[in-house]
Amino acid sequence: MVQYLFMALIMVAMAAYLIGRAKAFSIAAGNVSALHSRPVYHGTYLAILSAFPAFLAMVIWPAITNRYLDNAVLSRFGDHLSQLTLPETEAFLRDAKAIAYGGVIGFRDETKEAAAEVYLSLQSTADLILLCIVALLVLVGFLFAIGRIKVDMRARFFVEKFVLALLLASSVVAILATIGIVLSLLVETVRFFGKVSFFDFLFGIHWSPQSAFEAAGGNDITQDNSRVFGAIPLFTGTLLITLIAILVAAPVGLMSAIYLSDYASSSFRSFAKPMLEILAGIPTVVYGFFAALTVAPAIRGWGENLGLDVSSESALAAGLVMGIMIIPFVSSLSDDVINAVPQSLRDGSAALGATKSETIRKVVLPAALPGIVSALLLAISRAIGETMIVVMAAGLAANLTANPFEAVTTVTVQIVTLLVGDQEFDSAKTLAAFALGLVLFCITLGLNYIALKVVQKYREQYD
Amino acid sequence: MTDISITAPRKMLTTQEAADRRKQRRAKRFAAESRFKFLGLSAIIVAAAFLVILMSTIVGKSIPAFTQHYLVLPIDKSFIDPSEPENAKYNKEIRKAVGEALPFVKNRKDKKLMRGLVSSGAGTELRKAATADLADFMEEENTPILLSDFADLYAKGLIAANETVSPPAAITVEIEDDEYTIRSGNEVFGDFIRLANKTIDQKVAVIDRRIASLENAVSVRNSELAAAVSESDKQEIASNISSVEAEISQRSAERDKFLALQGDKGAFLPLDETMPSLLVWFGGGVVKASMVSPTAVVGEAIAPLSTKPDHEQGQWHYQQIDAAEENRKFSDKEVAYMEFLQRQDLVESKFSTIFFNNGASREAEMAGIWGAVVGSFYTMVVTLLLSFPLGVAAAIYLEEFAPKNRLTDIIEVNINNLAAVPSIVFGLLGLAIFLNGVNISFFGLFDISIGGGFRRSAAYVGGMVLALMTLPTIIIASRAALKSVPPSIREAAFGVGASHLQATFHHTLPLAIPGILTGTIIGMARALGETAPLLMIGMVAFIVDIPAWFNEPATVLPVQIYMWADLPEQAFQNKNAAAILVLLVFLVLMNAMAVFLRRRFERRW
Repeated sequence: MVQYLFMALIMVAMAAYLIGRAKAFSIAAGNVSALHSRPVYHGTYLAILSAFPAFLAMVIWPAITNRYLDNAVLSRFGDHLSQLTLPETEAFLRDAKAIAYGGVIGFRDETKEAAAEVYLSLQSTADLILLCIVALLVLVGFLFAIGRIKVDMRARFFVEKFVLALLLASSVVAILATIGIVLSLLVETVRFFGKVSFFDFLFGIHWSPQSAFEAAGGNDITQDNSRVFGAIPLFTGTLLITLIAILVAAPVGLMSAIYLSDYASSSFRSFAKPMLEILAGIPTVVYGFFAALTVAPAIRGWGENLGLDVSSESALAAGLVMGIMIIPFVSSLSDDVINAVPQSLRDGSAALGATKSETIRKVVLPAALPGIVSALLLAISRAIGETMIVVMAAGLAANLTANPFEAVTTVTVQIVTLLVGDQEFDSAKTLAAFALGLVLFCITLGLNYIALKVVQKYREQYD
Repeated sequence: MTDISITAPRKMLTTQEAADRRKQRRAKRFAAESRFKFLGLSAIIVAAAFLVILMSTIVGKSIPAFTQHYLVLPIDKSFIDPSEPENAKYNKEIRKAVGEALPFVKNRKDKKLMRGLVSSGAGTELRKAATADLADFMEEENTPILLSDFADLYAKGLIAANETVSPPAAITVEIEDDEYTIRSGNEVFGDFIRLANKTIDQKVAVIDRRIASLENAVSVRNSELAAAVSESDKQEIASNISSVEAEISQRSAERDKFLALQGDKGAFLPLDETMPSLLVWFGGGVVKASMVSPTAVVGEAIAPLSTKPDHEQGQWHYQQIDAAEENRKFSDKEVAYMEFLQRQDLVESKFSTIFFNNGASREAEMAGIWGAVVGSFYTMVVTLLLSFPLGVAAAIYLEEFAPKNRLTDIIEVNINNLAAVPSIVFGLLGLAIFLNGVNISFFGLFDISIGGGFRRSAAYVGGMVLALMTLPTIIIASRAALKSVPPSIREAAFGVGASHLQATFHHTLPLAIPGILTGTIIGMARALGETAPLLMIGMVAFIVDIPAWFNEPATVLPVQIYMWADLPEQAFQNKNAAAILVLLVFLVLMNAMAVFLRRRFERRW
């Protein structure tokens, strides 16, 4: 229904454009330069006024009706639903909708089928009303606009203002996304802290959300739950894996950047740079596959040969592969920074008789240090937020340990575990994922902010 | 001279010495220099080595997935009613045909094993072939029947790997009841005995380790016993010790038994499911050994044999399977059946069209990536349709029109921050805002709810989430491209009377398009490989049907890879590596396109 209406609107817009242009030609009576705006703008003017209001109505309409439909179904099946808990009610609505419109159905029963029929009949009424509204808006807009097409009508001004408004609206989408992120994370986190205390979450050392106690009706018993939502093991696990990753990526990335910028011949560079770019372009799920199926068993095998007890989901495997993943990140950022150190500094050092490596260690690196630190901070933030490698290669059990051969879990792994699969939306478990998400968001933003400040504060101005 | 340097209060160096020291120092510095250079080079080599290992692992693992073995059997097609080929009973006919190919399989249990060689989806595949082109299907004399994943892996030599030995000696066969005794004058089974002894050695080593740890436990317990005070404690510990000691003696007996087997060179070695397997082929049939000595084998027939007692050199051979039967998913009988079929040239390897044409499946041999590819396509279309216009429009506004004020400052900071947000957070956004909706209650006074109502698992929701994620990339790239167009172009347009918007859309934008497209393609490539946010919005469901439209439940290629990585079957691992290869091919194509655009169209001013 909606897609047909949408196509019809596009057709209306095209027709209006042609009509408007033709009318502009006809009122110009052969003397097009007499018009204030060229006929194209008259056509566009007519098209905008006929189709855009209707388009807006189409976008807003489902947002209004969805809630109304839900309420109508809820009141009609009130008897049946009064026995259900809140999550069950949500599941009921979800399944009924899935039956009505297609989708993944949990399981069906008669009441759900009936509810689905109610949905369908109400939806068809809503569609009919929408059709009327759209038709009315098109008609009114068209008649209003076509009457205003005159020789001295400033159609171009209108069209340009409209386009400018669209451009502004597009750039506001970026803000909306940020607001959306902050809002969704904050709202759910606040609800989470209604069930689990803030300090228990941030400073607790016991994490086992699967044992969270759910009372009837989705109301949790706060005291019990506070003991299972201690996020410290997740933070230490994330730190451990990130540390291993940085220990791999920092030396390798930095040294390859130095080699590429100061030693390599241009032919070697033209081979090595794309190689690093390939490493950067490989999807993280591929790294995860590699970590879980090749690196982890290999490390376990070596460990056994050396008589070490290595978990098959060791932090070392995940950290190592994550380190490989961020090598190109470190190297390309440090490459930029090292190249930004002016040649005159290098030349001056060489003139004093320093070898190349002495120049790099004693002149270039100190000069580039703020940039390198910021690159490493960005790499750390990338590693902390990385998901797929740890989901596939790190463990699920929240161990509080610093032993890289043991399995640890990370913030991102827990977010995925808590949210994948069907869950009722109100439980402390689901909300915990949003609290973790907020922590993740704050840490990465904070690191990026510090990285920016480091560069701003300590940057040497050479020019 | 040395005397002087010792007695002198300050070292006086001769020219020669000074030169030597300089030389030494320089050599040291140069050594440091070359060390440093070597470190740099080795860093790059390490990175390259990782890449090579990664790619070779994936390519190596993926190769078996591109072929699939079929059992090619003549099937009488008369059971198909040409008017409705979709209702014919394909599975029944397949079972009949397989039974005819292995006529000696008699009892129920073995028949079940035999049918297990063929995929449970073989009937579905035949139905598909019949409904696609009935005339062609009816004409075909030999019909390819899909083998199950384990049979397929066996045919590829990936499970129950075995070695065929043809000793240069003759054998004589005696039959008593159902027991076959195969004898030879020479030590023809020596190879196999060595293999079996190796297995026994391993077992003995395992038992030894166990005994050592038990003995350790006993000594610990004994010291506890000495320290224990109360009578009940003592009793408990004592009983504990005696039970551990019982186990030790049991294990030692087991160990001695194994060693005894090894010790007696000429005697028969019993073979059970914990030992390597031995299949002896002669006279058109096969005997599975239950006992073996260097010169003889006792066993029962899996496939019937001719009753001829003597078999010359070259007329018989044996197959030894290293892995113990209990450790593999393919039993000796299945190996024998497969060998039997292969010897009659009934097993054929074909390019695996299933991998490219099918959707997800629980059966490894039926699983394909087409559903995920289509899902990825729909998702990417939505991502492109949303993020490209929005991103370019935002870039044009920010670069060309935005006044320098607070709002535009905020927008800029926002975009940079958005580019640094972990992708999983976008998934949380999608889940909370697109799927569930956020309810905000203002101190109980009134409620506002935002969003919600979009369909879980649908491709378009995934596209929306990825669009938000890609947006900053496109905006940043487009702004750079717009910035690189020199101001003279704009000024020339203004000079001939263009409005600001006209100058932008008619002159600046067309010149910036190659750069914008390059950035967009790179952003889309990132989105194509993205997994984490899509897990949040339910695109990780098991979906068999290939999505037909944007609003149907779908999964995408990276998520499919994630799901397959969890499955233990080896066939799935191979398919997964192949799916990764397909994904990488798409990514390489996209990046190559970006490089091409940059080389071909980008202008340097």
